[in-house]
Amino acid sequence: MPPIVSAKAIHKHFGTLHVLKGVDLDVAERELVFVIGPSGSGKSTLLRCLNRLEEPTSGSIVVDSIDMLSPRTDINHARQRIGMVFQSFNLYPHMTALGNVTLALRKVAGKSRAEADVLGRAALERVGLADRAHHRPAELSGGQQQRVAIARSIALEPRVMLFDEPTSALDPELVGSVLAVMRSLRESGMTMIVVSHEMGFARAAADRVVFMDHGLIVEQGPPAQIFESPGQERTRTFIGQIQRH
Amino acid sequence: MEEIVQAFFNREIATEALPIVLQGLLNTVLLSLLVVPLGLLGGLILALLAHSRSPFIRWPLMAWVDFFRAFPPLVLLILLFAGLPFAGLELGGFACVAIAFFLNTGAYYGEILRAGIESIPRGQVEAARSTGLSGLQAMIYIVLPQAVRNVLPDLLSNTLEVVKLTALGSVVAVPELLFQARQAQSVTYNATPIVMAAVIYFLVLWPVVRLLSRLENRALAVRG
Repeated sequence: MPPIVSAKAIHKHFGTLHVLKGVDLDVAERELVFVIGPSGSGKSTLLRCLNRLEEPTSGSIVVDSIDMLSPRTDINHARQRIGMVFQSFNLYPHMTALGNVTLALRKVAGKSRAEADVLGRAALERVGLADRAHHRPAELSGGQQQRVAIARSIALEPRVMLFDEPTSALDPELVGSVLAVMRSLRESGMTMIVVSHEMGFARAAADRVVFMDHGLIVEQGPPAQIFESPGQERTRTFIGQIQRH
Repeated sequence: MEEIVQAFFNREIATEALPIVLQGLLNTVLLSLLVVPLGLLGGLILALLAHSRSPFIRWPLMAWVDFFRAFPPLVLLILLFAGLPFAGLELGGFACVAIAFFLNTGAYYGEILRAGIESIPRGQVEAARSTGLSGLQAMIYIVLPQAVRNVLPDLLSNTLEVVKLTALGSVVAVPELLFQARQAQSVTYNATPIVMAAVIYFLVLWPVVRLLSRLENRALAVRG
């Protein structure tokens, strides 16, 4: 079976800064790939290139058989298949939780308000927040906000979900609730690419861990291999550093 | 004392002038209902264009906004009204006011809206775009509602200025409140109609000023 996400030779320059230096990443359907690496290694940029929030300088990206970089591709249509969850949640503060979840259903997927409300409530139900449908983001905890953000993405029934440090902005006691939702998504068979330092979660749930440094993939493999016996010195140093925390 | 009352607060003249002055009030309201939306529309167009990455749009735009903010609106109005006929173009007072206000207040509204749009974090647009909304949809549903709320006191304050500025219409014979009061004054040889106009301006605008204070206090309270 062809990979559902296939990125080849991705380069990204920000002015004179060379952030991605030829990254190849294939992700199979239902796979959960964890991307780790020091800050500035390019892992978030790679993730943001996959749905073209960042425009790669060169390379090719195919998601669910759609050539993401082709000028003929309707990028707004393609993005419905790729959910994204951000470190800072980025909920719309002027809308309720349900409003956040239903906006794209109505305006992009073309659902009526009634249809969108049904789908939106189902998505909130899946993240355990059906009773918060009419709350504004400011009335929710960080963990709840992030779960609404996940609901906003899954409501569109994406083929792939991208998580950009989804728990980094959360108080430690709220991290668990978000990871629990991610675990249930995983169990439902969602293909997921996760940039995060939640090593416990990576060990328990990831199929593959990718270690990036200086804009390149240094090493990748099953979590046990990367965490217990990394082949590269740089990987070893990085794993040692984060495990001391 | 008696003379002052006779000259400024003359009841008979007030009764006589009332229909004329009220007609002026009506025209001021109509004029405001024309120039405020027109200015807002112009401002919105400028603010959206200012978002453009192309220097070929941004630089002329900045020059445009700077020019009309620096140019006194009265001079602009007289230039249109008294200058254009020399180029064979006679527009009439009302049209001149509309155009001058579109240019002048549009530049101000544009700057306010631009600041509001820039106050919205980039992550908001990224979240919207990641769900498939187009750039325009993200602007309409996500950015603008928040931007307008953030700069509401400034928008209201500018609107207050615009309504007051409609009195400039009197210079080009638009029969708004001040013009009508001046007409009544010259017919009656008495200052009472002018006092009436002043009182009407105050009564209409004072609630707006109060509302503005409350909005500004609330904005301060939110910022903590």
